[in-house]
Amino acid sequence: MTKVLFEHRGKKGVDTFEGWEAVGGFEALKRALKMKPEEVIEEVKTSGLRGRGGAGFPAGVKWGFVPKNTGKPIYLCINADESEPGTCKDRVLMEELPFMCLEGALIAAYAIGAKLAFWYIRGEFDLSERVMSRAVEVLREKGVIGKDVFGSGWDIDLVVHRGAGAYICGEETGLISSVEGDKGQPKIKPPFPAVEGAFRCPTIVNNVETLAAVPWIINKGGLAYAALGTEKSKGTKLFSVSGAVAKPGVYEVEMGYPMHDLIMNECGGPQFGKTLKAIIPGGSSVPVLPAKIAMEMNLDYESVQAAGSLLGSGGVIVIDESQSMPELLAILGRFYAHESCGQCTPCREGTGWGSRLLDRVAEGEGKDQDMPTLERIARFMTGTTICFLASSMAMPIQSFFKHFRHEFEALLPVTTEAKGD
Amino acid sequence: MQTDNIEDVVDAAELEAKTADWKLSPEREAMIDDLQSRYPTKKSTLLPVLWAIQEQEGWISREWMAYAARRCDAALSHVLGVVSFYTMYHRKPVGKYHVQVCRNISCHIRGAPKIIAAVEEKLGLQNGGVSSCGKWSLEHVECLAGCSWAPVMQINRTLHENLGPDEALKILGELE
Repeated sequence: MTKVLFEHRGKKGVDTFEGWEAVGGFEALKRALKMKPEEVIEEVKTSGLRGRGGAGFPAGVKWGFVPKNTGKPIYLCINADESEPGTCKDRVLMEELPFMCLEGALIAAYAIGAKLAFWYIRGEFDLSERVMSRAVEVLREKGVIGKDVFGSGWDIDLVVHRGAGAYICGEETGLISSVEGDKGQPKIKPPFPAVEGAFRCPTIVNNVETLAAVPWIINKGGLAYAALGTEKSKGTKLFSVSGAVAKPGVYEVEMGYPMHDLIMNECGGPQFGKTLKAIIPGGSSVPVLPAKIAMEMNLDYESVQAAGSLLGSGGVIVIDESQSMPELLAILGRFYAHESCGQCTPCREGTGWGSRLLDRVAEGEGKDQDMPTLERIARFMTGTTICFLASSMAMPIQSFFKHFRHEFEALLPVTTEAKGD
Repeated sequence: MQTDNIEDVVDAAELEAKTADWKLSPEREAMIDDLQSRYPTKKSTLLPVLWAIQEQEGWISREWMAYAARRCDAALSHVLGVVSFYTMYHRKPVGKYHVQVCRNISCHIRGAPKIIAAVEEKLGLQNGGVSSCGKWSLEHVECLAGCSWAPVMQINRTLHENLGPDEALKILGELE
């Protein structure tokens, strides 16, 4: 199977400037600098590369939204605020292939016309932050970040901006607020960041994994990338598998790879030979699926959606029969209640109220109307807020109830049916 | 004596006067000068300035918030809002070893409750507690992006992965 992101993973010294150069590093950046920015954007459009942070929006199309000749500076923000429970792929890219990530970011900055880029890295990250900061220093020393990069006449600066513990800063407008020195509260769209983002200037926010694929695309061509994967989900994707499997880890597979093969081959099957009960395929915010359904689907945006969930960030959380679903949902509820930024009432109140109800249900102290109440809260939280955090709690509630209702009912005083109000 | 209770009403003018000539270490001041020459506005360097304070002082007092406000051209109330929004900025002193144990879903599935119980018993602390000797503090935290190497705990900035209760206790033992 073709590897795009992990082609050079594990090679000796590939995390150094010289090591990255030795495997053909910076050829793509040099090539891009000889192209017109629009040509670079066109190549990425051809590749079909979609945003790997969770939303799956085509990267080249996003870059194309930056208005020309506004006279304002343009900014690139690299989203390395990896915090979605179950997701740990960007960390691997940064720790093991820092110069590939940076090369992709520099190509993107050139394509959109940015002169300053912010590498927004999660506050808790230690090794990734040290590796990235050191790599940026090295690139400054070598003149790859600075004035007249590779004699092209193009100037770029890039700073590593460390977050400080807020899940919501992974949302692109929350990230922008945080870069501006504010609380990381998301902003209403439109205007979209590409038109008016950081410092009210055009801004592109891209996930690390998205940018890390760009050097390969520029070297091998957009068509070569588009030849991988499925018709609508092109290329490869990293899946960080966690939970009840023998070999959890971060694996790169082509889009459309069967979930069954990922779990049984790459991950060595269920841990301790237990029976799998459920799988959350794309990070904690997406709907959970019974293992039976999940194991029959392929890993691409369309197939996962057809099966009733979302590909999201590719954080595959595997749950076996020994786990209590009400307990796991209560854990997720606490997480969203903790991370709500507090500006929208349905989210601030809904996550807190929902979490308190989920806690008491999981502890066997639920009341007979708790499930209908939770369903109402989930419904009123969906689509009524500035960002997706509220929906990210509603989707787990609704899907856990849909597929594992009996486990919740077993903990409640009487059997309940949802009321249709 | 510096102020650690966020609910205390402190006169902003008084704080400003008290901290008018405060400076971080020369290296940190130089680092901030460098960032302020790169960032579009002074206010946008607030997060790195707060990190520099915490790295030097261990926590961020109201006095140092006044310093940050002056350094970043921001209102003290704005700085207070930012510091209290982000969970990693400490508004009170924490232990010399700040132990964070992940309680989220992937760690839970692979045995986080056992790690939490073992660590709590060993340190004699509950979530949010600081030991009387000032050496330890404990916090249950949300996902640390170590899901594929769960369960994990982080001590100060170092992440420890693939833990069992015995490994967790051994790591704490080595710091005693």
